[in-house]
Amino acid sequence: MTWSFAVREFRYWLTNYRRTWRGSIYTSFLSPVLYLGAMGLGLGKLVDAHGTARLGGVGYLAFLAPGLLAAAAMQSGIEESTYPVLGSVKWRRTYYAAAASPLRPADIFHGHLLFTIMRLAMNSAIFLLVMAAFGAITSPWVLAAVPVAVLTGLAFAAPVEAWAITVSKDTSFALVFRFGMIPLFLFSGTFFPVTQLPVWIRPLAYVTPLWHGVALCRSLSLGTATLGGALVHVGYLTALAAVSIVVGNRTYRRRLCV
Amino acid sequence: MTGSVTEVSGPDVLIHASGLTKSFGGAMAVAGIDFDLRRGEAFGFLGPNGAGKSSTMRMIGCVSPPSGGELTILGMDPVADGPAIRARLGVVPQEDTLDVELTVRENLIIYGRYFGLPRPVIAERTARLLEFVQLSDRADDQVEPLSGGMKRRLTIARSLINEPEILLLDEPTTGLDPQARHAVWDRLYRLKQQGVTLVLTTHYMDEAEQLCDRLVVMDRGKIAAEGSPRELIERYSTPEVLELRFNPAEHEQASEKIAGAPAERLEVLADRILVYTRNGDTALAAVRELGLEPLTSLVRRSTMEDVFLRLTGRQLED
Repeated sequence: MTWSFAVREFRYWLTNYRRTWRGSIYTSFLSPVLYLGAMGLGLGKLVDAHGTARLGGVGYLAFLAPGLLAAAAMQSGIEESTYPVLGSVKWRRTYYAAAASPLRPADIFHGHLLFTIMRLAMNSAIFLLVMAAFGAITSPWVLAAVPVAVLTGLAFAAPVEAWAITVSKDTSFALVFRFGMIPLFLFSGTFFPVTQLPVWIRPLAYVTPLWHGVALCRSLSLGTATLGGALVHVGYLTALAAVSIVVGNRTYRRRLCV
Repeated sequence: MTGSVTEVSGPDVLIHASGLTKSFGGAMAVAGIDFDLRRGEAFGFLGPNGAGKSSTMRMIGCVSPPSGGELTILGMDPVADGPAIRARLGVVPQEDTLDVELTVRENLIIYGRYFGLPRPVIAERTARLLEFVQLSDRADDQVEPLSGGMKRRLTIARSLINEPEILLLDEPTTGLDPQARHAVWDRLYRLKQQGVTLVLTTHYMDEAEQLCDRLVVMDRGKIAAEGSPRELIERYSTPEVLELRFNPAEHEQASEKIAGAPAERLEVLADRILVYTRNGDTALAAVRELGLEPLTSLVRRSTMEDVFLRLTGRQLED
């Protein structure tokens, strides 16, 4: 019963998305094209001329692209779970419409997460196409990087959504973007190996969920993944998402059922 | 459903509440109320803003757990059986919760899906309900530009998609212009004729008088009185009311003089004096005999407004 209720909310988001999907797909293509063009090709030329031993012996484009795949998933995971959540509870108030129906607050939460997962899957698949067009693919294992990117996005979407339902003003989101998302984007190994950071700060990078997503996507894309490493990364991201869903079940109930 | 369902007062009682309370932090929004709702009746909660009407409605709608007391809806417990109860309720909330970016029709389709209705059933009911609320010609328009009255009617149509046994309406016409209010009342009246059980809150006495078979007057979280509008007027007011306006300079003096005149009761408001009496014309003649000449005088029937004033010492609408 639980899942069928969540699917009803998921279908609401699908109906809502029918109005904006064209624009969103355009953005999903454009963003990786810009990043891989400027950083992968442009900056990559300089990096490669300097020697790529520290990148593991691969060209900068091949190094960067899978990292960006994970980082982009983090970004869209956070974006899908900030303004859309506050809008549903405060501006459009559509969460309240769902709460008056048989759906429970947790169903509303899970339905929104299902939609977020679908958007993450779309964006990651499009990213992979762009990677292929740039010639940034070196191993067929890169296909496995798509679900890992989705999991990475979910590991951000679930906690952010569980928190966003408790927020009363959208100014809180700017803090998350500025002091959470951007530092993670820059320092979790997306653009350069974490081993380039000072030794004392590296443990901090290793506990961030994005580093796990980046590391696993990259090792899959380069064909260097190990089973043990993959299990650690997937386990970490799954645990984070699972705990966040339990927390979100409570925060959604507290906001929608008072 | 649980096995230990107790029929509280007969099979036709759809909602039973006794000693029901709701508190937020330290504040008591509902301070112990008792009522029974019977199948087929139109039941109203009348009271000013902050009287606890909306809190009561949210508890009945199973989106707000009671803080204390007993509440049974359709023989079930609102906390344990929320989804099963909500499947049989229709809700028109105080503030619209329509998705204004979608079309009129899409809003109904989404709601039908929330109730797990099959596609052909949703399509058939959508067409019928849009006809009922006179929005068929706007079916494929976006909701955003619709007027407040149209949005309200759409919300009513949406609340009927699951053919509810009880329809909950929280201040259904607040914020609408008179014409739009009458259009909503007309639809609600038809539903009532069709035998739909209505529960509504309002702070409009005319709405309560027109739509409710039975109502409770709420004030500060408590029920001050209960009965049909006619019974309440008979019990708490006089058949007629004489409304007098005096020159502001004479207002106070006049009220003191009239206090001695033959009237069952007197209410002195900031701008008017209300003389409660069996016969308004006789009372007006008596006032004139006291040597007082009001600027305006009006003899009218008693309304729920007078009942409320009597019960709480305050006016219902500001």
